Amino acid sequence: MSKYYLNYLDELESEAIFILREVWAQFQNPVILFSGGKDSILVTHLAKKAFYPSKIPFPLMHVDTGHNFPETIQFRNEIIEDLNAQLIVGSVQESIDQGRVAEEKGKNATRNSLQITTLLDAIEANRIDCAIGGGRRDEEKARAKERFFSHRDDFGQWDPKNQRPELWNILNGKHFEGEHFRVFPISNWTEMDVWNYILRENVKIPSLYFAHDREVVWRNDSWIPVSDHLKLEEGEAVHTKKVRFRTLGDITITGGIESDADTLEKIVAEVASMKQTERGNRSDDKRSETAMEDRKRQGYF
Amino acid sequence: MTNVVKQRWKTESGKDIFNFLKIMEMRIDTNQLLRFTTAGSVDDGKSTLIGRLLYDSKAIFEDQLQAVENTSKRKGHDGVDLALFTDGLRDEREQGITIDVAYRYFTTPKRKFIIADTPGHIQYTRNMVTGASTANAALILIDARNGVIEQTKRHAFIASLLQIPHIIVCVNKMDLVDYSEKIYEDIINQFEGFSSKLYVKDIQFLPISALNGDNVVKRSKNMDWFQGAPLLHTLEHMHISSDINKIDARFPVQTVLRPQSEGFIDYRGYAGRVASGIFRSGDEVTIMPSGFTSKIKSIDTMEGSLNEVFAPMSVSITLEDDIDVSRGDMIAKTNNKPSPVQEFDAMLCWLNITSARPRAKYTILHTSNEQKAMIKEVLYKIDINTYSREETDKSLNMNDIGRIKIRTTRPLMIDEYRDNRITGSFVLIDDATHETVAAGMIL
Repeated sequence: MSKYYLNYLDELESEAIFILREVWAQFQNPVILFSGGKDSILVTHLAKKAFYPSKIPFPLMHVDTGHNFPETIQFRNEIIEDLNAQLIVGSVQESIDQGRVAEEKGKNATRNSLQITTLLDAIEANRIDCAIGGGRRDEEKARAKERFFSHRDDFGQWDPKNQRPELWNILNGKHFEGEHFRVFPISNWTEMDVWNYILRENVKIPSLYFAHDREVVWRNDSWIPVSDHLKLEEGEAVHTKKVRFRTLGDITITGGIESDADTLEKIVAEVASMKQTERGNRSDDKRSETAMEDRKRQGYF
Repeated sequence: MTNVVKQRWKTESGKDIFNFLKIMEMRIDTNQLLRFTTAGSVDDGKSTLIGRLLYDSKAIFEDQLQAVENTSKRKGHDGVDLALFTDGLRDEREQGITIDVAYRYFTTPKRKFIIADTPGHIQYTRNMVTGASTANAALILIDARNGVIEQTKRHAFIASLLQIPHIIVCVNKMDLVDYSEKIYEDIINQFEGFSSKLYVKDIQFLPISALNGDNVVKRSKNMDWFQGAPLLHTLEHMHISSDINKIDARFPVQTVLRPQSEGFIDYRGYAGRVASGIFRSGDEVTIMPSGFTSKIKSIDTMEGSLNEVFAPMSVSITLEDDIDVSRGDMIAKTNNKPSPVQEFDAMLCWLNITSARPRAKYTILHTSNEQKAMIKEVLYKIDINTYSREETDKSLNMNDIGRIKIRTTRPLMIDEYRDNRITGSFVLIDDATHETVAAGMIL
């Protein structure tokens, strides 16, 4: 005799599939924003389920900062081949070369906020009316107020005080020419839910999430990987450490943690015992109390 | 922090990890998701209560705690101000109020919880309604020093209007009234004086102090006279499997899957999420509104086909017969169908700054169906503080709730909201702005 209720992971999965199908039904030209991080991989996995036995009916879009982990790009290319999907790349380097944006200066310079222009340019150039992202409400306080279907005006901006009410499971994706939506199918998942689900479904993720030996430098309270873009400061030394990454952003700002977790099981156990939020190792969020809200208002992911 | 992790791994053998994961898996297999809403202002301790739940259930991370400790110190508070955990947008931090619905998450060994944290001021009725629309339970906070106030009645009304299945009334700040049983009993009596007029299925009362943690996660040592379980235990053990209607099988079609690929040349699957009830392979079904009948051939997922499916599962359904089915149609069992109607009564909550235009056309979204609709008549408005009817001023302005007659261009397949929160609800969209301007509950 079956019990007629779902466990919470199945309920979250069903909710995400419902949202992805609404996107397909309500928009002309949607894309999945694919960063190569676990959240966008999860969204892609859920999209596979939502449209099976059809293939995912929309392209994946990658905003390439040029400061990637090589492993991320390799993983991206493999998944595209696997899904037989179309890839759209927006290049921050091109935006810089075209004079659309200028490189930040100073010690903690990143290309993080430069991505906003590239992203919005790519959305406009490809006439995209919906960009599906892997944002979660538990990540950050500004994200806690995000809708599943989040409206962006024709400048790509978010107005958090003037959001459309979202009731029951009714999603309103109506928009005018030039406006677009950001859609967040895994809004209600926490970091722990994501890892538990990846473990349960055995979802393939980049090797960077697993503990591995790497050359790193201690900076901003975390282990920053050595790369072509890293300039050693005075007093900094290169160490070889067994590290893994909890989130994947630019190689210049994503700090690793020391860990022996080299299997999914060990990662789940480790995350369960974590004392810091996952974005604690991302220097892009440490700039001010409202760093995320400010970037989101401008059109950030 | 890296040290913490390292130590953990050094002291744990592989076997410990295996056992730990086995426990985790058990939880994943059986644990349910409970959504609850909390309405109220900072004054009645809502933010402190949420902060307490997150803190005591260990959903707060060290860096979040550090940030809140710093802010508490800067603002001159003694100790940690738990209310700061729920601060969201910059304007909210500056003004010290909640403006929009914020969602919070925590997990215990028993359940995963989603809190829809909504503001309690009257000008934010729309946000309260939004938070309430998906909730299994509502927490209503009462300041023990003030007893039942206008806001309490408003919250109770909205909880009953939105048919939240469970209501927990928390009489807070018991520490400020010497943990007095009499004061608590008086407040319960006040509450029951008006709540008997509301349609609610399940109300429980709890004396708590969010600030000190009495009866929140742990049982209070200060109130021996109270024999009930603390709040978290109540939330963990509440029966929620019956919150979704499992009687009336309804399947709104979201989209049609036609892969036309090798192995699936003739596949035609109707993708959707079961709104209510249970469907089984072989069931006789009717497609609404066309009225064609067929049998369920298969219920498919990427993992394979299922013999039965129930709300709220997302699947793809195929039928024995080749009939025309598309988005907006509803699949129901032939012996239990919703009524196709073009004119019906509903309770409507107006959500937009622009008031309702009499007899104007709006777009109505109901499940996956979309039509044009006209508000034919406002029968009366309800004063949500006194529960009295207003029959002279019938203008629907932002945050107003009223009973209306509505007419649609083609039939909708509806159930009463009281029986079915999915097929009994709708929203109205203003075609001039594309904004969601009203939320309706079908009577």
